[in-house]
Amino acid sequence: MKQTDFDWKPLALVPVLALIALPLVGSGSNWLTLTVAGLAMGMIIFIIASGLTLVFGLMDVLNFGHGVFIALGAFVATSVLGAMGDWTGSQELWRNLVAVFPAMLIAMLVAGAVGLAFERFIVRPVYGQHLKQILITMGGMIIGEELIKVIWGPQQIPLPLPEGMRGAVLVGDAAVEKFRLVAVVVGLAVFGGLAWVLGRTKIGLLIRAGVQDREMVESLGYRIRRLFVGVFVVGSALAGLGGVMWGMYQQNVIAQMGAQVNVLIFIVIIIGGLGSTGGALIGALLVGLMANYTGFLAPKVALFSNIGLMAVVLLWRPQGVYPVANR
Amino acid sequence: MISRMLSHDLPRSRTLAILLVLLLLALAFAPFLFPGVKALGVAAKVLVFLVLVASFDLLLGYAGIVSFAHTMFFGIGAYGIAIACTRYGPTWEAIAIGIGSSLMLSFVLAMAVGLFSLRVRAIFFAMITLAVASAFQTLASQLSDITGGDDGLNFKLPDILSGGFVLMDEKFLGATIDGRLICYYLLFVAALVLLLAMLRIVNSPFGRVLQAIRENEFRAEAIGYRVVLYRTAASVISALFATLAGVMLALWLRYNGPDASLSFEIMMDVLLIVVIGGMGTIYGAAIGAALFVVSQSYLQDLLRLASEATSGLPWLSALLSPDRWLLWLGVLFVLSVYYFPTGIVGKLRAR
Repeated sequence: MKQTDFDWKPLALVPVLALIALPLVGSGSNWLTLTVAGLAMGMIIFIIASGLTLVFGLMDVLNFGHGVFIALGAFVATSVLGAMGDWTGSQELWRNLVAVFPAMLIAMLVAGAVGLAFERFIVRPVYGQHLKQILITMGGMIIGEELIKVIWGPQQIPLPLPEGMRGAVLVGDAAVEKFRLVAVVVGLAVFGGLAWVLGRTKIGLLIRAGVQDREMVESLGYRIRRLFVGVFVVGSALAGLGGVMWGMYQQNVIAQMGAQVNVLIFIVIIIGGLGSTGGALIGALLVGLMANYTGFLAPKVALFSNIGLMAVVLLWRPQGVYPVANR
Repeated sequence: MISRMLSHDLPRSRTLAILLVLLLLALAFAPFLFPGVKALGVAAKVLVFLVLVASFDLLLGYAGIVSFAHTMFFGIGAYGIAIACTRYGPTWEAIAIGIGSSLMLSFVLAMAVGLFSLRVRAIFFAMITLAVASAFQTLASQLSDITGGDDGLNFKLPDILSGGFVLMDEKFLGATIDGRLICYYLLFVAALVLLLAMLRIVNSPFGRVLQAIRENEFRAEAIGYRVVLYRTAASVISALFATLAGVMLALWLRYNGPDASLSFEIMMDVLLIVVIGGMGTIYGAAIGAALFVVSQSYLQDLLRLASEATSGLPWLSALLSPDRWLLWLGVLFVLSVYYFPTGIVGKLRAR
């Protein structure tokens, strides 16, 4: 896509939604707090959804089991952070980061490794058959969820934020939680990383080419299968990372969290257009903002507001805001 | 005559025919063959699931659409009866109002979701129904003034259907002819009629078009069938049958709550039954539902035994604990999709 062709309209949706909410919320400082909170929540949702949109968009696999990797990442984080209690308990931010960083890394590694097995045993036999993919990955999700219950127990486990990330900083009148700032940084890093790898590197080029014409790339001598397994593993690892962030955001984890988040990320990637990273970012930000505004204005309709949002976007663009051409 | 009743869709396998006749006889004489409150409860559950699963098979097996909102419609039917009987007292009018309004709600909802998501892309349907169903579940437990919240609703039915009503003082073939028995036979007749109606629908020209769309959407559209309309119609019809299954459930339990009719586990059970029984064969739903519901209660007992037997190995025991029975259902489900895609009926017919 040439720079001049860049489709800016979906991008404008985010500020438009924020501006519509301004008169409804009323007070400026409340609005700023909600907006920042919504953007941060959107960033966390984006991290989770990016993995799924990769797997779906590039491999054409409808992975209903994605939620399991989210839960897995969060549970691994509870174990790692629990074992590093004197680092997370410290007041200094750098010591907290030293604890959180390996937690993220290990969560990603574990989720990636499980993703490798998941691809091999659950997904591989049903490539190209959407109906069976939905059924099989749903079954995989149930199995994964039950195995998590076997290992970590069925009860809810608290995942307290490290000391240094608690509390809020004041920007003008609005209070912004520190952890949300961390989330924004991590989210932007993931988005930047994905955009760079897919758009600027040879691997990204091969992946995009493989999506367009698999046989052609294979006949040029590249092993597309290995590349796609890699994509699945990266997608699962991103879900693990997202699980760590989501768990710290909710401050507790439960085995069913994967299924709960699944609903949210489906809405996000449908809004974004299945397979589009940029679309997933916009969808996630919209969902995050919407959740915070409606949570403030009318808590009971919060979940319906997301479905309403999806309905409006689909009426405008039936394939999502950034449709991926060849699906 | 029989062939007409079955809409000329005969079992086409001697074993299957024998199994179906046995099932029919067992269900028809369940109160006399299997005395006891629990056994009658299991039989009634088989009847309810039979209709629910067959209606899901209409969608998944014949139209090739995966919906996760099926328990939502099941729940609408059950809540319709529960709310109407709580509000207007235990009268037949209340039941009629409950059935009518829940059918209407299901119709509108299924139409809206169907037109909206099937028009766009069939694979969106699975995701969108999942989102709508989970929103509905949240709504049902939040609107506690109407739905009773997480506790659900206990309600009374007209006297003739309740346990206190006794038709004859002396026992008939060893069973008391009371309200529960009448209620059971009401369900039995309803299930039979609904099942035959569904057989009629899938074997009509409409059903053939659905199968054509399942096999090759592009071709069906090219021949001149409006794929979106057919798919939406299929999802509406299946939703209406699921609602009626919910009505049957509420009539039998005289209770409804989120766990009884809306939970995701029921959705999982339904998926599993359809796959095990055989997708795209209404008979598969019947065989599968009977097999599943009967074995469900015993699977947990079996797991409890296995768990106690392996208590020397803590992790193995944890895997086999009765609380983890969903794990084994999941494994069973994945294995049956791989190695058993045509299900029991498919296997029997292939011989």
